[in-house]
Amino acid sequence: MAVDYTTQATGGIGDAVLRKEDRKFVTGEGRYVDDLKLPGMLHAAFVRSPFGHARITSIDASAALALPGVHAVLTNESLPVETGVLSASNPGGDVRHPEQAILAKEIARYVGEPVAMVIADDRYLARDGADLVHVEYDPLPVVVDAEKALEDGAPLVHAEYDSNLVKTLEHVTDGFDDAMAKAAKVIKLRVDNQRLTPSAMETRGCIGDWQEATGEVTLYTSTQVAHFVRTFVSIVCGTSEAKVRVVTPDVGGGFGAKLNTYREEFAVCAASHAVGHPVKWIEDRTEAGVATIHGRAQVQYYEVGVTDEGKIVALKFDAVQNNGAYNMLLTPSISHLTLFMVPGLYDIQDISIRIRQAFTNTTPTDAYRGAGRPEATHGIERLMDAIADDLGIDAAEVRRRNFIKPEQFPYSSATGLIYDSGSYDANLDAALELSDYAGFEARRAESEAKGKYRGIGLSTYVEVCGLAPSAVTAALGIGAPGWEHSTVRLHPTGKATVITGTSPHGQGHATSWSQITQTELGIPFEDVEVIHGDTAFQPYGLGTYGSRSLAVGGIALYRSLGKVREKARELAAHLLECSIDDLEWTGTAWQVKGSPDRSKTIQELAYAGWTSASLPEGIEPVLEATTFHDPPNFTFPSGTHVCEVEIDPETGRIEILKYTAVDDCGNVINPLIVDGQVHGGIIQGLGQALFEETVYAEDGQMLTPTFVEYLVPSAADVPEMTLSRTTTPSPSNPLGVKGIGEAGTIGASAAIVNAAVDALSGLGVRHIEMPMQPARIWNVIQEAKS
Amino acid sequence: MIPSTLEYTKASSIDEAVAAVAAGAVPLSGGQSLMPMMRLRLAAPHAIVDLSGIPELVGICEDEDEIAVGAMTIHREVAASQLIREHAGLVADAAGGIGSPQVRNRGTIGGSLGHADPHSDMPATLIAAGASVIAKGPNGERRILVEDLITTYLTTTLEPGEIITQVRIPKSDDHSAYAKFHRRAIDWTVVGVGVCIGDDGVRAAATGVADKPVRLTAFEAVLNGGGSLDDAIAKVAEGIEPHAGLDGSAEYKKHLLGVLARKAHAEASSR
Ligand SMILES: Cc1cc2nc3c(=O)[nH]c(=O)nc-3n(C[C@H](O)[C@H](O)[C@H](O)COP(=O)(O)OP(=O)(O)OC[C@H]3O[C@@H](n4cnc5c(N)ncnc54)[C@H](O)[C@@H]3O)c2cc1C
Repeated sequence: MAVDYTTQATGGIGDAVLRKEDRKFVTGEGRYVDDLKLPGMLHAAFVRSPFGHARITSIDASAALALPGVHAVLTNESLPVETGVLSASNPGGDVRHPEQAILAKEIARYVGEPVAMVIADDRYLARDGADLVHVEYDPLPVVVDAEKALEDGAPLVHAEYDSNLVKTLEHVTDGFDDAMAKAAKVIKLRVDNQRLTPSAMETRGCIGDWQEATGEVTLYTSTQVAHFVRTFVSIVCGTSEAKVRVVTPDVGGGFGAKLNTYREEFAVCAASHAVGHPVKWIEDRTEAGVATIHGRAQVQYYEVGVTDEGKIVALKFDAVQNNGAYNMLLTPSISHLTLFMVPGLYDIQDISIRIRQAFTNTTPTDAYRGAGRPEATHGIERLMDAIADDLGIDAAEVRRRNFIKPEQFPYSSATGLIYDSGSYDANLDAALELSDYAGFEARRAESEAKGKYRGIGLSTYVEVCGLAPSAVTAALGIGAPGWEHSTVRLHPTGKATVITGTSPHGQGHATSWSQITQTELGIPFEDVEVIHGDTAFQPYGLGTYGSRSLAVGGIALYRSLGKVREKARELAAHLLECSIDDLEWTGTAWQVKGSPDRSKTIQELAYAGWTSASLPEGIEPVLEATTFHDPPNFTFPSGTHVCEVEIDPETGRIEILKYTAVDDCGNVINPLIVDGQVHGGIIQGLGQALFEETVYAEDGQMLTPTFVEYLVPSAADVPEMTLSRTTTPSPSNPLGVKGIGEAGTIGASAAIVNAAVDALSGLGVRHIEMPMQPARIWNVIQEAKS
Repeated sequence: MIPSTLEYTKASSIDEAVAAVAAGAVPLSGGQSLMPMMRLRLAAPHAIVDLSGIPELVGICEDEDEIAVGAMTIHREVAASQLIREHAGLVADAAGGIGSPQVRNRGTIGGSLGHADPHSDMPATLIAAGASVIAKGPNGERRILVEDLITTYLTTTLEPGEIITQVRIPKSDDHSAYAKFHRRAIDWTVVGVGVCIGDDGVRAAATGVADKPVRLTAFEAVLNGGGSLDDAIAKVAEGIEPHAGLDGSAEYKKHLLGVLARKAHAEASSR
């Protein structure tokens, strides 16, 4: 719903309060890794492979070492580590996991792979030193395209295997062949979901600080998953997990790219061990283009069997996923998420899925906002338009005919998920209304009169969020659980500290968690402090990704708040000399039913719990509680996005005239934050649809290393967006929340491409690949006309 | 930015700057092109001399025949100048459309010419306007037509030790306009065309279609020979072979030349 920003918000659940963390960010007082300076700190720069694939024949560091201010040049041999980078992902159990040494050992397999590390007094000298390290390379044959990588005779990225196949994910339902044979018509479509470079405002960076005497190491790093990093640092660097502390200062965006454990994080710890000083590394922007994971990079082949009425009877999906040169933390699981979402929000029970993952001589791919799900949504939403086009049925109608209906929930999907709730027709109806879908043809005619092509496009989506029930992650071959931790601690003065295992990097958890605390425990919004991202304060936290923070971490908090409230009740009963059943919760106090003069506020109870002068039998001092919450199911946000575009045939430029999004993320804690997430998400989807593509030349060179070549949208490229919501509370958690972090991105790209295809449909255009830069659109028009 | 080690000086007079450049320093104006090159270490000068402390290099004035624009005049000032708007509207158009407000507040006309990027907006419009630069070096001053200044990618005919001190734009009653196409709101120009229509004929120049800004001679010839605009557009790409890139094929860029020449011509005619 449209938010009324003028109402006085009090800071409870559902209120549009401004984010409490923003003051420091907008006044420049945020504190990022690069703001931290430790005594005696040295700086690292990496020597990176300029070749896509090459044997390293020698490394001569003498000139670098001769430079005053250079302390050391480390290679994989001299770096004190015990293993290479580890992956936590093994769907199916037999994924090929080649060794990923911390610094390339013998062979470099992608442009930008780190080969050596220079440690110097400052960042400038470190970089000067890196330029002086002389590495001899013997170039090897390169393959960058995933489909070509799987052809016979393709150059092998890892010579120890007989092919570049990482893993084939397969899922075929029993009745598939029969169902497909009965289809009135089979429609085919190839969709290329291009490679993207996640471009967080803050690049990565880290500082390793090793204490020689104790073997303790502190790592400051810009991450979404401090605890994963700690576990892996202890293994890679060979020290006790109990001796590793990982601190996450403020993080300027991640989008999944910081849901990882990177070579540089291990390298700064090991280098600090080696040189006896803290070692800092800050990624520069161009380095980020090759050293931080990429996203998407999936080619899809669809075959769909339909009835004459456009009802889908069987769906075949055959895709190739480009994993890059190595598997990072979750690489093999990303296209596994695609697998689950192949049917989208449509009732398709007969399905055949094959996803082949390939190694190539490129930067590894992994989670990027949506992580496998935008790929599935974009593909099926293109396919729905192809069906509509082929059968001459309206695009909205063909979707409606295939939707899972409200009465079918909980719905068991053909890929094994149980969708908790949804009202897909309601989303669609609201979006069609808001976008004046019915009146579109008149607007198309207006544009035509000006010599322009106008089109309207729909995207209806469901996503799987709230990662994840731990039994499910284990079954999916992910070597980590999916629960989340929270601790709520009341201080003697009645203020509260909330310690959360989530790891906000732009999502505003300090605000939302304070709102939940105000509503559930009666501690005012401004009296709540939220601590996150420091392993010294937390038992364990799984971090922030997969739109999980509220649906899992928020529920962990909700449950701790409930525990504190109940403990406070026992204390109140003791102090008021009544039974706990005589008490009622007023929202801020426990009160004897019907006697407002006999009550104890939560602050009074916090003080009483601390002084412990008189405690009931069996009750420990202090109001504090901890919860580890393992969700019983995922959550399934959904929505409909509608985009209207106009295309200038002279230049091929696409202008977005109108963008409407109706999202169902369940109950809303803070409408401003939800709107912000949707805005940002749509802009990232728009970036993929119109501008962004990470391009490699055949020889493995990266052609889009800077923002001159890699076009992220700027504010001026973003259209006015009309946002609205429907609310179908999730039955899987007591707050009824679902998640909104990735929804915008998942919904946007298909709506925009569908609008462009619709605009050019009069010319016979049936499909357009992304990014739809002007030159591509102009070519599409020329080809269609000739 | 992590540049390699370098020596920085700030000159307070043109002579001081010239002496520094003659000794091997690279001139720094707005830094909007030099700094990105140094960041990537594509440029690794051992010394730079900052021109921002030389008052004579800043400002716009006129004499009988010409407008004199100091080399350190920023794009924003050029775009806002009534004098330039009146006599060479296409130059003001180009300056006003460069990058973003931040870039226009730092980037300079001298830097744009000295940098000689084949996608830059300023040089093509200055060529169409018939402008020259004043270059000063150890051997004194000379005048170079902008058309003769840029030879190929990032290369000019400036002699070692010479810097641009002024850009001189003829005062004319020409009607002129610049039209460009770029992919994203803040983005390098894919193709841009400047057109001047005067009593002595039409002059046009383009950016983005070669290794340097080029005069559209075939286009001019048709119009100046009394031919129609359509015929001129049909010939606009004659002799031009743009480079294909991520921003488009050669064919697309040739097509854009026609689209933009028409647009600039129409805009100029309407002024
Ligand atoms: C984000 C961004 C967007 C941009 N978009 C555009 C755009 O749309 N269109 C466009 O045309 N440009 C664009 N530019 C470039 C901008 O116009 C630059 O300002 C201009 O190219 C260089 O001017 P400068 O004063 O910054 O020169 P500097 O960067 O200081 O210098 C550039 C080069 O010229 C040399 N130089 C400087 N001054 C002189 C002199 N007086 N004599 C001789 N040589 C000299 C320097 O040594 C250096 O080699 C953009 C730049 C950025 C960063």
